[in-house]
Amino acid sequence: MTKIKTLDDLRRIKNEVQSKIKLRENSSSPEHLVQVKIGMATCGIASGARETMKYFIDELELQAIDAVVTQTGCMGFCYAEPTVEVTLPGKDPVVFGFVGKDKAREIIDVYIKRGELVDGIIPLSFKTIHD
Amino acid sequence: MDTVQLIIDNKPIVVKKGITILEAAASAGIHIPTLCHMKLEDLNIENKPGGCRICVVEVKGRRNLAPACCTEVADGMEINSHSIRVINARQTVLELILSDHPADCLICAKSGKCDLQDLAHNMGIREIHYKGEQSTYREDTSPAIIRDVDKCIMCRRCEMMCNEVQTVGVLSAINRGFTAVVAPAFEMNLDHSVCTYCGQCVAVCPTGALTEVDQTSHVIKALSDPTKTVVVQTAPAVRAALGEMFGMEPGTLVTGKLVAALRRLGFDYVFDTDFAADLTIMEEGTELLNRLTRFLNGDKDVNLPILTSCCPAWVKFFEHQFPQLKDIPSTARSPQQMFGSIAKSYFAEKMKISREDLVVVSIMPCVAKKYECGRDEFKVNGNPDVDYAITTRELAGLITLANINFNRLPDEEFDLPLGESSGAGVIFGTTGGVIEAAVRTAYELHTKKPLPRIDFTELRGMDGIRQATIDFGGFPLNIGIAHGLGNARRLLEKIESGESEFHAIEIMSCPGGCIGGGGQPYHHGDVEVLKKRQKAIYREDSMKKIRKSHENPYIIQLYEEYLGKPMSEKAHHLLHTAYFDRT
Amino acid sequence: MTDYKIHVLICGGTGCKSADSDELKKSLKQWIDEVGLEDDVQVVLTGCFGFCEKGPIVKVLPDNTFYVSVTPSDAEEIVKEHLLKGRVVQRLLYRDPNTHQQISDSKGMDFYKKQMRIALRNCGFINPENIQEYISRDGYMALGKCLTELTPEDTIQEIKDSGLRGRGGGGFPTGLKWEITRKSEADQKYVVCNADEGDPGAFMDRSILEGDPHSVIEAMSICGYCIGASKGLVYIRAEYPLAIERLKIALDQAREYGLLGEDILGTGFDFDIDIRLGAGAFVCGEETALIHSMEGKRGEPTFKPPFPSVSGFLGKPTNVNNVETFANIPVIINKGASWFNKIGTENSKGTKVFALAGKINNVGLIEVPMGTTLREVIYDIGGGIKDGKEFKSVQTGGPSGGCLTKNFLDTPIDYDNLLKAGSMMGSGGMIVMDEDDCMVAIARFYLEFILEESCGKCSPCRIGNKRLFEILDKITSGKGEEKDIERLILLSNVIKDTSLCGLGQTSPNPVLSTILNFRDEYLAHVNEKKCPSGQCKSLLKYEIIEDLCTGCTLCFRNCPVGAITGERRQPHYIDQSLCIKCGVCYEKCKFNAIKLT
Repeated sequence: MTKIKTLDDLRRIKNEVQSKIKLRENSSSPEHLVQVKIGMATCGIASGARETMKYFIDELELQAIDAVVTQTGCMGFCYAEPTVEVTLPGKDPVVFGFVGKDKAREIIDVYIKRGELVDGIIPLSFKTIHD
Repeated sequence: MDTVQLIIDNKPIVVKKGITILEAAASAGIHIPTLCHMKLEDLNIENKPGGCRICVVEVKGRRNLAPACCTEVADGMEINSHSIRVINARQTVLELILSDHPADCLICAKSGKCDLQDLAHNMGIREIHYKGEQSTYREDTSPAIIRDVDKCIMCRRCEMMCNEVQTVGVLSAINRGFTAVVAPAFEMNLDHSVCTYCGQCVAVCPTGALTEVDQTSHVIKALSDPTKTVVVQTAPAVRAALGEMFGMEPGTLVTGKLVAALRRLGFDYVFDTDFAADLTIMEEGTELLNRLTRFLNGDKDVNLPILTSCCPAWVKFFEHQFPQLKDIPSTARSPQQMFGSIAKSYFAEKMKISREDLVVVSIMPCVAKKYECGRDEFKVNGNPDVDYAITTRELAGLITLANINFNRLPDEEFDLPLGESSGAGVIFGTTGGVIEAAVRTAYELHTKKPLPRIDFTELRGMDGIRQATIDFGGFPLNIGIAHGLGNARRLLEKIESGESEFHAIEIMSCPGGCIGGGGQPYHHGDVEVLKKRQKAIYREDSMKKIRKSHENPYIIQLYEEYLGKPMSEKAHHLLHTAYFDRT
Repeated sequence: MTDYKIHVLICGGTGCKSADSDELKKSLKQWIDEVGLEDDVQVVLTGCFGFCEKGPIVKVLPDNTFYVSVTPSDAEEIVKEHLLKGRVVQRLLYRDPNTHQQISDSKGMDFYKKQMRIALRNCGFINPENIQEYISRDGYMALGKCLTELTPEDTIQEIKDSGLRGRGGGGFPTGLKWEITRKSEADQKYVVCNADEGDPGAFMDRSILEGDPHSVIEAMSICGYCIGASKGLVYIRAEYPLAIERLKIALDQAREYGLLGEDILGTGFDFDIDIRLGAGAFVCGEETALIHSMEGKRGEPTFKPPFPSVSGFLGKPTNVNNVETFANIPVIINKGASWFNKIGTENSKGTKVFALAGKINNVGLIEVPMGTTLREVIYDIGGGIKDGKEFKSVQTGGPSGGCLTKNFLDTPIDYDNLLKAGSMMGSGGMIVMDEDDCMVAIARFYLEFILEESCGKCSPCRIGNKRLFEILDKITSGKGEEKDIERLILLSNVIKDTSLCGLGQTSPNPVLSTILNFRDEYLAHVNEKKCPSGQCKSLLKYEIIEDLCTGCTLCFRNCPVGAITGERRQPHYIDQSLCIKCGVCYEKCKFNAIKLT
């Protein structure tokens, strides 16, 4: 990585990264790229988010599902940790609460593979400045 | 000069900008009570943690009460120092402090001299409405200082003295909340710490939390033992302060009454530490001249500057903090120890009293002297050269206990031979005195000429670090003076870094020197007391017939009859010592 | 693969569940099967929508139709009308309380605007360990803008215009603080980030550092530029290992990208940040205590003035802001002060993060515009009280905030209103209490915390709070007298009036506010020796109902202190002087013969 030396450098990197992420988000190619984000703040980790994340990585690879599993901070639903946000290609993100191994398996089998919603969705109740 | 206008208790006043409400009130004749606050003007010593909250006052427009000790005045301020809100808050806070303080005033070492007791009296506290658990801690007894921590009110004066003024760093606040208290780290005992026993914590403690180890009962016992001959020596600073314990004006010299009182207490011989101070000058002055001569002859390895070694707290300080410098201080023992050594050898032999039957008591302005006389170097077969060192305050207690009306005593003279002294011995009691005394003698011995003048005013004063150059017969002798261990540290660091070059340095642990010692009557934060004692010391010096140590006839006699000459082998054995790395 | 055309989401949160959402789901399914839509419609139970007052909630996707207060008997109509014929059931729609308009699309509902995330904008969205994701969401653009387009004075003016006030508790105007520090002349100045979050239950600062550390780094750099400092320090408690880890990663990445260090963005501006670990003392959240702790001294406050902005870390001018305050800065620069100051109330601009805790369904972290009411926070966002219990009180502002009653539920939350109500904003802890909570015990609990955390420097806080605690302890153990209540008030007022720092000046708030709002509970404790909520153990009394006791001896055999006596097959008796109120007899008795009074 070369250093960002000017504001223009910063803008260029921003555009690069943004288009990369857009590509990921709007992928309409047949190889579905599923995005899975695990809330990995202290509250999540304390409720087993690490295990959940590991399970998602292992299981999605095992089942040869093209997915990106990343971590993120606290979504605010601390009563329902671990929380997982799943974004299917072309769809709005859906947040699931209390995702242990069993729930994770259900999410992969039912939501990610078949597109059917499963119990335990957490409705988002906020907007950010990016909305 | 910028000024501000304000109104305090309905009185408009104009004061200097930047001063506190407390100071502004004082200038208007309004005395706002304080407890933790203490300021020794001119010595740069101030304790204002703003912790006790006794000095709170009402400032118009302010949400809560303001502590007068640390709130700066502002233009247009309207202050009420005794509104019902203020009085209620002040009384309640004081009641809270009292609710966590043992109510054993009747038998407390500090009774009658206690700031907290005075405050409770002045605030008219008759009942403690908020009673509850009292904090309890282990009592810590060391060779010199007792910490009765239950009585600590967290004023932090001792902490400020120990850390900021003395830079010793033993006492600091530990624990939190209700259990917070000032103590050595890990609640160690003082004797396991680097405490120098300077006693400045004792000197400023407003309650009985820090006091000296009381040895008066041992003295009474020795005095009543018919098989013992008990001799007493009194340090120079005692005579300039003892009168305060009996209601006299600070700075009243009570040398003659002191002698009379000691005689009435039953001491067999009443001697003077000033005699030993003269002896110290003979040894230390000679040592200085020896080192100087070697230096002037081109010896590069000579240890200069020479540092004085009369102060036991200073000795313990450099043994802990500057062990690399332990070969620099003079090897001369302190006057207290020289006296003890000579009393139990020369005098005992002269009087044909066995060492074991001779008890040496010293009256000291100091608590570290209690520790010093217990050091192993100053014992012969386990028998200490000085048996007991009691403070000026303890002596006042003894005098009262013996039903002696001190104020009506006649003036009496010290006994001979160890009671004769020069003015040089007297000024040992104040900062700058030892070095002035040394100069008086060393000059004449070095130049073989009489001093053109005896008073070296350039060495006197109250500044923490002072320096002067004295013409030593063509050779410019650089002299440094520090009082307060923090100042001593700064001076030593300057020497180590090569920033300053001195030939001789006097160091005293206590601000002001021995007149401000930890065993003196409490000054209660009034620096004028120290200044008056200092003036008294110089007054005593100027009234003396003999002003130079080497002219004291009994010193001359001592060398002729017993020691030979300064730095002789016998002198070395009896009057010199060694220092140890205590890190 | 089944491809459902329609999803029906039913709220399965505790509130809605107790309002029969299970039965509703059953009923909906029945009707879907009945009309033969089972292959087209999927019914899903979800977590709480946070709209429990209008529960149960039903949401139909994909058209986002939002039905409120749905009962099992409405199932038929929803299925037959909406699902089958595509006609929205008007009478079940949410009605906007202001316009009285029915709203069908939930995205148009005010409710979803109740939370607004500025400080938490990236938390839960980006990977905090990847600087690129931060950059992709305008990261470091604000710093770039300041360094290239704005002078420090312009930037400070922007912050001043935004109306941003310190989020750590005091609510001091941030721009003004920066300006004062800028005007203090010195060869070195410092930017300090206070991440010593100490309020029990509050964790917004931790979450921001864990979820979006770059926002704090960027803001500190901007602050450094404004006040003329090249050095920043984050004072963070050692109990936050993950936040420390993420912050370290972020600092390394920022340095690697040249966004920290020398000559940032080629503008000649130098800035770098160090981490200082604190040992987790509550009082070190106070800025002078924090600075002493960073200097390696005992963490206790000193009298202000001098303020840190004049003489702070190592005696140099130091600007101390907390994490949440900093997290707002880049957004203000990017979107402008005029955007920011439209949010919130007259004197409190922007949003505030709250940590919801206690007897509330949706325990968690929320961010709402200033001026949102407590009712909206507790019921709409927080999902109401657990187990359908009655709301009793909410405690805001950390351990030294006040306990507010239901009378304050409709008060808009901002700095001034909370102060007026006898509480404070603090760092944003919000602890909800229900009918089972004893307010005297709550006051005692907070005092216990304060006792542990007071530094002990000033007498009123050190001893006064101890005495307050002792009186409360006496009351909760049934030894109180009525005059104790007056003594509590008198002592509390003196402690507030005379303490050295904010900790002591506010520590009696829980006592004063509970006495003000729940005096009857205090009176019950002292006069009747009863705890109305049954929380104060010492005031409980276990008694055997003679008529129901069969003399089975089970209680007698299980009592750990031998307080129960009685012959076999004869009614037993509990000696109250021996009873330790452990409750074992009550649990063991098979005949409900032991009553609790």
